[in-house]
Amino acid sequence: MTSTDPTQQGAAPNLWMRTHSVLIERLHIRLESLVVLLVLATTMAILSPYFLSVSNFMNILLATSTIGVLAIAATYVLSSGGLDLSLGSVMGLSGVVGAAVAVKLGAPTPVAVVATIAAGAAAGLVNGLVITRAFVPAFIVTLGMLGIARGLALVISDGRVIYGLPKAMVYLGQGRPMGIPMPVIIFLGTAVVMHILLAYTRFGRHTLAIGDNENAARTAGINIERHRLIIYTLSGALSGLAGLLFATRINSGDPTAGLTYELTAITAAIIGGTNLFGGRGSILGTMIGALIMGVLQNGLNLLAVQSYYQQMAIGAVLVLAVFIDQWQVRKESRV
Amino acid sequence: MSNLLEIKGVSKSFGPVHVLDQVDLTVAPGEVVGLVGDNGAGKSTLMKIVTGMYSADAGTITLNGEDIFHHSPGERRRMGIEMIYQDLALARQQDVAANIFLGREPTRSVLGMRFVDRATMRRDAQAMIDRLGARLPAINRPVGTFSGGQQQSVAIARALTFNPKVVIMDEPTAALAVREVQGVLDLIRQLKSEGIGVILISHRLNDVLSVTDRIVVLHHGRAAANLTTAETSMAEVVSAIVGGVDMAEAAAHEARG
Ligand SMILES: Nc1ncnc2c1ncn2[C@@H]1O[C@H](COP(=O)(O)OP(=O)(O)OP(=O)(O)O)[C@@H](O)[C@H]1O
Ligand SMILES: [Mg+2]
Repeated sequence: MTSTDPTQQGAAPNLWMRTHSVLIERLHIRLESLVVLLVLATTMAILSPYFLSVSNFMNILLATSTIGVLAIAATYVLSSGGLDLSLGSVMGLSGVVGAAVAVKLGAPTPVAVVATIAAGAAAGLVNGLVITRAFVPAFIVTLGMLGIARGLALVISDGRVIYGLPKAMVYLGQGRPMGIPMPVIIFLGTAVVMHILLAYTRFGRHTLAIGDNENAARTAGINIERHRLIIYTLSGALSGLAGLLFATRINSGDPTAGLTYELTAITAAIIGGTNLFGGRGSILGTMIGALIMGVLQNGLNLLAVQSYYQQMAIGAVLVLAVFIDQWQVRKESRV
Repeated sequence: MSNLLEIKGVSKSFGPVHVLDQVDLTVAPGEVVGLVGDNGAGKSTLMKIVTGMYSADAGTITLNGEDIFHHSPGERRRMGIEMIYQDLALARQQDVAANIFLGREPTRSVLGMRFVDRATMRRDAQAMIDRLGARLPAINRPVGTFSGGQQQSVAIARALTFNPKVVIMDEPTAALAVREVQGVLDLIRQLKSEGIGVILISHRLNDVLSVTDRIVVLHHGRAAANLTTAETSMAEVVSAIVGGVDMAEAAAHEARG
């Protein structure tokens, strides 16, 4: 917010517009979401003395890491004009597969880690294949996968939590090199890579173009079906990564892990400025959206609000975010 | 004269509807061919078959003698076939440069990884827009915020930026003001002088008669006439469009308009 040109300092509304356009153009962030994050954080800091501490900040990041990785997946899928409702279920399935491979098969940690992410990628690949080859709408396919992946997780685990992951694996979830939790490091690293991929590479540009106008992308010679297949596989792989972070943090494969997480992840992406109908999205924006969700949950925890109400709050925020987005679109198109 | 683009015996049905029936059409280097016909005659469909957006049921298509029938849209575009679509086919939330370079973004290498070179994109896009003399509010705005004519300029710029061999224009002047229409006609003449083959689809027969070398008339999916522009008249073109009946009155009306 400091990058305004000193030669053209003008009135306040212009400053807002200019800051907005600089942020949108350079970093693809929505100014409104930054403001909401600041307001939310300030409110929490006033309401709770614990909020403004380094350890609580780490807590927020740690709690955000799983949702944040899922929100990255949601950003890619939504901005390509798709939808993935199976994020949370695939995350749960992946965690169970990883735990089963490590505990029941006794495989070494690297194998279990790869298996966790591969399980997610496989589920995503199936989503992508059915969507692009069988022309079943993404809404239906991923809704089906939501049920299938959850059921499979319960089948594999016999409906029970799989405890006792190997030490090296647990380090991924509980290790703290230099005091920073491993999940936070993995989450931020993933975010940086995925941001660069979306904002600065041809793959990312084509993702947005396909979501914007599939026909335009097709006439430009982009292979839409292949691209969509990659996007859904990527979404599955990221869900697998989220499953890995979660399972290693709680040191077990829980078949109910990630229940309704797709709700939070999609909300975070949309708050961050991702267009629900495709064509616009940025990982930096989504990070802010994920932080908003993280601060909201953390704050409600500090204020000892029951988790039932938190679910309601998240649902309400999702509808509100889309409402504001649509309201802006209508306002702009009327001018 | 050897042909640049050759379409032979192309047929196409959408389900039970026969849209194209054994259509032939050729374009030589530096030749401007008008493709006219009633609404629904099959003009856009034929051209989408040329760009690979649709696949034909039968027929052959060659570019410089090379069979391109089984090439993907991307490959055909790389070989030099460009089309300005009737519905423009622009990504409305992306800016001018992103649209012009869509599918062919220039990249530069950083640490062995390839990143889109936005500075080059923006500069070349601006140069192309300037060359066309198009007036756009800003090059870094989403094209969805532009007027229909401004969007058409972007679509034209997209088709001309990569040294095409054949340019297909499907109603390129439909959304344009008088001055811009003249600009597009001048542009077609310039493409012709550079040896580029042009196919112009338009319902504005005066424009077609003034700028083309040949006029192919589609009627109910058949190539009903192949006329040399210098030797034909508005009346002949109109009568071929409506199916051969004497439509002297309609022709006179067109000539006045
Ligand atoms: N994707 C499609 N599916 C089914 N029918 C189609 C499709 N595209 C075109 N048609 C049909 O093919 C016929 C020819 O359409 P086309 O768009 O080629 O006409 P046109 O000559 O370009 O007309 P216009 O001057 O109105 O642009 C029409 O009857 C149309 O309904
Ligand atoms: Mg048409």
